[in-house]
Amino acid sequence: MSNYETVTVETDLLILGGGMAACGAAVEASYWGKKHGIKVTLVDKAAMDRSGAVAMGLSAINMYVGLKDGANTVNDYVQYVRNDLMGIARDDLVANIARHVDGTVHLFEKWGLPIWKDEKGGYVHEGRWQLMISGESYKLIVAEAAKTALGKENIFERVFIVGPIMDGDRCAGAVGFSVRENKFYVFKAKATLLTLGGAVHVFKPRSMGEGLGRAWYPPWNAGSSTYFTLKAGAELTSQEVRFVPVRFKDAYGPVGAWFLLFKSRATNAFGGEYMVERKPELEKWGPYGKVKPIPANLRNYLGMLDENEGKGPLFMRTEEAINKIATSSGDEKAAKKKLKELDSEAWEDFLDMTISQALLWAATNTAPEEKSSEIGPTEPYFIGSHSGASGAWVSGPQDLAPPEYFWGYENMSTVKGLFMAGDASGANPHKFSSGSCTEGRLAGKSAIRFLVKEKPAMPKVDPAEMEKAKATILQPLKTYEENKGKSTDPNVNPHYILPKMFMLRLQKLMDEYAGGVSMRFTTTEPLLKRGLELLALLKEDAAKLGAKDVHDLMRAWENTHRMYQAEAHVRSILFRQETRWPGYYFRADKPKLDEENWKVFVNCRMDPKTENWELKKIPVKSTFA
Amino acid sequence: MPSFVNPEKCDGCKALDKTACQYICPNDLMVLDKDKMKAFNREPEMCWECYSCVKICPQQAIDVRGYADFVPMGASVVPLRSTDSIMWTVKFRNGTVKRFKFPIRTTPEGKADPSGGFAADPQLESVALFTEPQSLGLPKVWTRS
Repeated sequence: MSNYETVTVETDLLILGGGMAACGAAVEASYWGKKHGIKVTLVDKAAMDRSGAVAMGLSAINMYVGLKDGANTVNDYVQYVRNDLMGIARDDLVANIARHVDGTVHLFEKWGLPIWKDEKGGYVHEGRWQLMISGESYKLIVAEAAKTALGKENIFERVFIVGPIMDGDRCAGAVGFSVRENKFYVFKAKATLLTLGGAVHVFKPRSMGEGLGRAWYPPWNAGSSTYFTLKAGAELTSQEVRFVPVRFKDAYGPVGAWFLLFKSRATNAFGGEYMVERKPELEKWGPYGKVKPIPANLRNYLGMLDENEGKGPLFMRTEEAINKIATSSGDEKAAKKKLKELDSEAWEDFLDMTISQALLWAATNTAPEEKSSEIGPTEPYFIGSHSGASGAWVSGPQDLAPPEYFWGYENMSTVKGLFMAGDASGANPHKFSSGSCTEGRLAGKSAIRFLVKEKPAMPKVDPAEMEKAKATILQPLKTYEENKGKSTDPNVNPHYILPKMFMLRLQKLMDEYAGGVSMRFTTTEPLLKRGLELLALLKEDAAKLGAKDVHDLMRAWENTHRMYQAEAHVRSILFRQETRWPGYYFRADKPKLDEENWKVFVNCRMDPKTENWELKKIPVKSTFA
Repeated sequence: MPSFVNPEKCDGCKALDKTACQYICPNDLMVLDKDKMKAFNREPEMCWECYSCVKICPQQAIDVRGYADFVPMGASVVPLRSTDSIMWTVKFRNGTVKRFKFPIRTTPEGKADPSGGFAADPQLESVALFTEPQSLGLPKVWTRS
């Protein structure tokens, strides 16, 4: 592409991404950067005001420990998270976020985020760890602080990052392209902080028409963190730990406020409460069936057992919950007032974070005080920040990590100078928006400490290599141009595959072989092995992706990223010879929990040159009793 | 069609240096048809219905028609966002109308101070982040010792 200009940017710390983790990193690193003469640059594929998973807003902050009020301890949070993940989580990483997260939430409040208050001025809790907020502008407010800290001149928006640049075994920055102008970007950096989010649309979604976009996690999460990590030769962890949330059916509106704040019950179609009736099933899942709260995947699983037995649909009993609260608030007048208040709270919950659900309720004439609403599992997602755990294997903090989990700088991956936060960092789930922002801050400070202490030189980047990378990255545009005349329909052409069809092929494959919605989240070794054969063919065809324009070029690379996420997942669930997270996925050929052999992390690494994969077990060191 | 543009209201943001919806869309969906000077959603099946374009449009030219896969027709959810609050008008398929107003921020736009006014000055080698321990409301950051 001769009309594509190559732009080279040199910086000390390169932050990739623009979501909550990136904003936390920007705020923290900018402070330390200014103090130590270190330049910080941020690259976002969208506009920071509304990029990442919090773009639409949120109705709650899901991680607030309450240390200053003595409400909970760091240890309490560590126990909660490890139990929810069926024993597989990094205590050191979870504790590190837990001891800092409250401070980040207090910052949000100072920045202008409206947090609900009770009569005494205390935060209104949705649940033990969750705070209610009026969070329509949550992301804008956090982005504003990040942008102010960085300074306009250090922000590149609408630049899509394809992958890493390496200088030997060291990460030397990243390459990408503008989705607005014909510019190919080379970012050379002494340290890189990766916060490119999780992955959606790897599995076939339930809605395949216009509703394809209505994933629970946003569709712009394209597995870019996983691809970048693999291509840098860094180790990934917990790639088998996908997340399948149970949400209001189809529009995927949040259920947290209904379960926790309004104390609603979920029942099957016959009024049976699966959480009560299926209690004996929990005995089969080791110590994790006995903990409170019951792990998210087990709660899913009990509901799925009802569905599989023909007892669906499942319902959130909204009318029951609302009327119970209203009638317990006093006389008829008080009840009426309370009902109005609850109505507003219930609708705000959707309008703040899943407007589609409000639209669906309005379109189906749903009055929650009169009628139950259907709930059910979504499709699987990769999200290291919620109840999934996929991400990079990173160093813990010196004072909390056991020696096996510590290599110099917290949140540094196994590749020198490459740091991770948010969905990019694995085995420390339940950090949500506030914890992701906090982890960004921790990684940001850690990266600055690395730069100050190690004083690395600007990496060497061979311009000829960059021209080669440029040709590879722009190839889909060329493939399309050169071949479009060979068919009267630009969408059907034997010489290329367009990004959307490529994505649908990946989704069908993952759905049917790796335990998607159609397979009721169930798979086996033979299915997974066949899936890998088909993935290998898809990978060959990735070289034939065609792109009509630069937007399509971004889609081509996003879907390539998704494909690598898919492969990491399939290899990891194949490697783990047990079923540990029923409700997320079920290995029908290994249907039981195997504590003796599989109470371990599954880590994987791909050799970036040969693309050979290595998988291994890593012991879980529970350092908190 | 998730988000769609009313051609009578859209003026292509001709008074601005860039199209607002195109600037804000997290998934790079909104584009300006330069011949017609009207914006459109080029990939509606990739729309999350996040309403970022609807909220930012200076002409209130953008609306959302729920995903045809599962949303019956006839309803609408329309926001009107100001600097400190948002008003929502929810119209049901059966004609019922609900209106809500919620706060969106407590500080003036552009005034978020990254430090939050927490005057801490920890060392690079300490476990404290730059606003700590003050931002925690604790005398020091929790450690095991």
